[in-house]
Amino acid sequence: MDLIQKNLLSQIADLHEVPEGAYNIRANGASAGKNTTANIDIVQKEDKDGIDIVIKPGTVNESVHIPVLLSQSGIQEVVYNDFYIGEGADVTIVAGCGIHNCGVDTSKHDGVHTFYIGKNAKVKYVERHYGEGDGNGENIMNPETIIHLEEGAVLEMETTQIKGIDSTNRITRGDLAAGATLEVREKLMTHGKQYARTDFSVDLNGDGCSANIISRSVARDESRQEFFSNINGNSVCTGHSECDAIIMDQAVVAASPQLTAANIDASLIHEAAIGKIAGEQLIKLMTLGLTEAEAEEQIINGFLK
Amino acid sequence: MLELRNICYDVDVENEKKEILKNVSLTIDEHFVAITGPNGGGKSTLAKMIAGIIQPTSGQILLDGEDITNLNITERARKGISFAFQQPVHFKGLTVKDLISIAAGKTMSVNDICNILSEVGLCARDYIDREINASLSGGELKRIEIAMILARGTKMSIFDEPEAGIDLWSFNSLIKVFEKMRDEIHGTILIISHQEKILNIADKIIVIANGEIEKIGTREEVLPTLLYTSRSCQTLADKQ
Repeated sequence: MDLIQKNLLSQIADLHEVPEGAYNIRANGASAGKNTTANIDIVQKEDKDGIDIVIKPGTVNESVHIPVLLSQSGIQEVVYNDFYIGEGADVTIVAGCGIHNCGVDTSKHDGVHTFYIGKNAKVKYVERHYGEGDGNGENIMNPETIIHLEEGAVLEMETTQIKGIDSTNRITRGDLAAGATLEVREKLMTHGKQYARTDFSVDLNGDGCSANIISRSVARDESRQEFFSNINGNSVCTGHSECDAIIMDQAVVAASPQLTAANIDASLIHEAAIGKIAGEQLIKLMTLGLTEAEAEEQIINGFLK
Repeated sequence: MLELRNICYDVDVENEKKEILKNVSLTIDEHFVAITGPNGGGKSTLAKMIAGIIQPTSGQILLDGEDITNLNITERARKGISFAFQQPVHFKGLTVKDLISIAAGKTMSVNDICNILSEVGLCARDYIDREINASLSGGELKRIEIAMILARGTKMSIFDEPEAGIDLWSFNSLIKVFEKMRDEIHGTILIISHQEKILNIADKIIVIANGEIEKIGTREEVLPTLLYTSRSCQTLADKQ
């Protein structure tokens, strides 16, 4: 890997070298390194671009890193990664895509991640998206995450896009069996003329399952964001979604939450708030000696922490 | 030393000029000064004006002889003025540790924060990573607000009604914090309060009513006149 790729890797996965445990590093459309363990297998797909990650039942305290790096301008790809998590496993999966585009062509990565999470398995899934580059080429990422949770399975998903992605359509779909739990935390910041669309749809099918979707976003400059969420309560279940956005400059944010209860014992809640930084928050930090710009930065950093 | 010279503050209420502060002049160079008086009399306005949150319509504010009237909030904070809000502000995501570090102007270690929080009766272990939001009680938020002032350690600390919005139990333990601060802190503490227990430890008491200074003097001079005059309306007085 060259320096640019190493920098992208540290931005999206906090990694400075190749990681411990299982990993698959994809750089400019080709494999740049792969490692499997006794419990975690990574298999190249034959019918399309992508990999299958197969984790044996009962695998605990292991991790898989599957970063994607694009450092050549103009690469456009669609990648399908499928995760098969065995019963009772407890693992951490770190994915993410970093684009460095210093050319004039559009770089684009569409990643479709499908999770099949077995009974009582627990997965922590961390996904970061980052773009940089001094050219005029656009950075586009469209991550799609499809989650199937079997009985008692748990997925905690952290998804972050802070910088450098010009256009994104972030789709998350989930279906939950009895007693399953889905926790999603999204952090998003757009600037310049960027556009971000977030679209969650979750079906709560089994009794006792629950979903909690929390999105915090900051829209600066002339950027635009749209937030859609749809929770379908088809059982005795609890669903909660929260969209909280700070709007700045000439940015535009739209939130369209939807809840559908198809069971008398489904308990569904949505909270949405869009607003500028509260004046009293700025004043408080200024009385502590910060300038208005420094206060703004602290408030945003805290909000997206 | 803080000096206010001929401070006036007018606001427009339905196209009519309302005088909130009327030609207020005073000097504060004592260690512990209390401002009291009826609600709506102009006390909080005066405190916010010293911190730069409100600009006077006319008049001058001097800190140690320097005219700070035209300085903004940040510049005044850096000159050594701290201000504790009557209603502490909530933040999403910012923690007790973040705000104390910002107040101190440096990254604080757990030990540093422990020292400061223990001054206001909080155990760092329970609070350091808590967000400054509604999950904290009114009393806890007030203590954290005071801890930020302690972390700054400036020459002028202003507290706007620290007793407001907290229960009696919390207030009784908060008064100990102020008694301790009075004994240990250098510089001037300016506190707006209705509480006799606070007024009781003041070196100087200023009474502000209807936008004017009604009384000013030592605790011995002012306190007895406050405790034995009823501010109640005539109907209430007749019924008592």
